[in-house]
Amino acid sequence: MNIVVLVKQVPDTWAERRLSETDNTLDRESVDAVINEIDEYAIEEGLRLKEAHGGEVTILSMGPERTAESIRKALSMGADKAVHVSDPALHGACAIQTAQVLAKALGTVDWDLVVAGSESTDARLSVVPALLAEVLGVAQLTHARKVTVDGSTVTIERQRDDGYTSVHGQLPAVVSVVEKINEPRYPSFKGIMAAKSKPVQTLTVADLGMSPDDVGLAHATSEVLDFTPAPPRQAGVIVKDDAGSGAAAIADFLASKKII
Amino acid sequence: MAEVLVLVDHADGTVKKATFELLTAARSLGEPSAVVLGAPGAAAALRETLASYGAAKIYAAESNDLVGFLVAPAAEVLAELVAQASPAAVLLATGRDNKEIAARLAFKIGSGILTDAVGIEADGAAHQSVFGGSVEVHSRVSAGVPVITLRANSVGPEQADGTADVVPVPVELSDAAKAAVVEETVVEEKGSRPSLTDASVIVSGGRGVGSAENFAIIEKLADSLGAAVGASRAATDAGWVPHTMQVGQTGVTVSPQLYVAVGISGAIQHRAGMQTSKTIVAINKDPEAPIFELADFGVVGDLFDVAPALTEEIAKRK
Ligand SMILES: Cc1cc2nc3c(=O)[nH]c(=O)nc-3n(C[C@H](O)[C@H](O)[C@H](O)COP(=O)(O)OP(=O)(O)OC[C@H]3O[C@@H](n4cnc5c(N)ncnc54)[C@H](O)[C@@H]3O)c2cc1C
Ligand SMILES: Nc1ncnc2c1ncn2[C@@H]1O[C@H](COP(=O)(O)O)[C@@H](O)[C@H]1O
Repeated sequence: MNIVVLVKQVPDTWAERRLSETDNTLDRESVDAVINEIDEYAIEEGLRLKEAHGGEVTILSMGPERTAESIRKALSMGADKAVHVSDPALHGACAIQTAQVLAKALGTVDWDLVVAGSESTDARLSVVPALLAEVLGVAQLTHARKVTVDGSTVTIERQRDDGYTSVHGQLPAVVSVVEKINEPRYPSFKGIMAAKSKPVQTLTVADLGMSPDDVGLAHATSEVLDFTPAPPRQAGVIVKDDAGSGAAAIADFLASKKII
Repeated sequence: MAEVLVLVDHADGTVKKATFELLTAARSLGEPSAVVLGAPGAAAALRETLASYGAAKIYAAESNDLVGFLVAPAAEVLAELVAQASPAAVLLATGRDNKEIAARLAFKIGSGILTDAVGIEADGAAHQSVFGGSVEVHSRVSAGVPVITLRANSVGPEQADGTADVVPVPVELSDAAKAAVVEETVVEEKGSRPSLTDASVIVSGGRGVGSAENFAIIEKLADSLGAAVGASRAATDAGWVPHTMQVGQTGVTVSPQLYVAVGISGAIQHRAGMQTSKTIVAINKDPEAPIFELADFGVVGDLFDVAPALTEEIAKRK
């Protein structure tokens, strides 16, 4: 079973994230970039499925040049090869375009199962895997906290706020995973060395048979008109508890807000 | 006046509060049409409630296929309705299923999506709060019918009279929409308390609570406030409470009127799920805990003293 894991590079969530003043897009230049945290769980799940069922794990990532660092890390965890879609024309692409580009890029790989993360920390959309299933016309098995493959049937436990739903579909399929699914491995020294020589194919929009004029910010299906930093949260009142004073102070505060 | 399609969230014959918020928001854009997707008979049970929040029409798409397959059927039916009704917008409540339905719908109808809006304007533009609440964004869908998911508790629900004329919608699904087969849903936790996504007050406990037994302290405080109980991942991972109670980036995202964090440090992943709460109260023994940066009111103290005392204090003042 050949597996493609979707990996997105995102600004580190600890860094102060900004929108660019010039075109209202995410400023990806000025901050540290890391693998979207949940995508490490997707990589781990891809590797475990390969260990159980054989085949190859390919990393697929769309993002600017520096995404190469994240791809290398994914390879050092144990993936076999990677496809990197990188093109300045994609700057400002929306989720729908992203799914369309990823779908095209999947056309260059021999795959049975796509494994993605459930949500990126920058966009927090949680829609790219579902969109990809829509574009490809295959089963959408998303938000999985457990994945089992038996022959050509994939069964997942889809996370819900109050439990889970078991859902199954046939390969080829798109799975996305939540962080409860596993514990990602750390790259070993051997893995880091091996990653240096693993093949990474870099593709442009034109390589995918798409026109650079049809993608990117100008064609995004949604646009940011303007943005403002949220008014800073008014510094709160912090008191030290002293023999019950803390509870009374909270109660006074809640009463002043008419909550009690 | 143009129609505005509102996807109704319902379970066990009752409409979720988030739908009332959507119907209220929809009235500023046009005439709300509620869309009920469900098993046969679903719409009739909801009609009166939907009428009382101003639904002029109810599109009733009823088929066991709509509950038998994941997400894709809902998007397909909504796409049909958009073609028929040419609405000014399609509104859904933010949630796991609905965001995916919205996205697939937007793709089918050649438009775009705005997820997790905290406000909607009369022209269909929306306001979103991003990067853990640090930036407010004003955005719009560039082409076609805007598909917008609205965060719970962003709009106050207001009643209005609607005629709620029921319009049956035939359900004929493509094979592609039947690719993900739902086997069963297992509800792991369902108590008498409000659910996290609906609650206007939430009390959450973290690692500081120390054990499953000690969570009774959190539950008692929650009950005194009529609140839902939440938890940090440290508490759910320890097995003190079910995973379904996890608030945060990979748990539930909440935005209640009041969020009380007890024995929670305020890690970035936790903050991502509660940062836009209207009022935040924290109880933590470490004065340096990052949760205090967010708190409107914080008490530095031992939760085993402060939380039970607060429960009593609230009971006294009722
Ligand atoms: C991919 C990923 C996703 C994640 N998603 C989430 C998520 O969705 N939600 C989430 O919550 N976390 C998430 N986490 C975990 C997150 O990083 C933190 O580890 C977690 O939130 C910590 O929980 P905590 O605050 O309860 O524990 P800690 O950070 O250990 O804090 C416990 C706090 O309790 C205080 N305390 C201890 N004893 C007492 C006492 N007697 N009285 C008062 N205060 C006391 C301490 O001072 C401390 O501040 C995620 C992590 C990863 C890697
Ligand atoms: N540009 C991208 N390149 C590769 N994978 C992506 C990209 N964007 C999103 N994904 C995948 O889709 C998942 C959900 O992302 P999102 O819908 O943006 O929240 C991520 O966890 C990734 O696995």
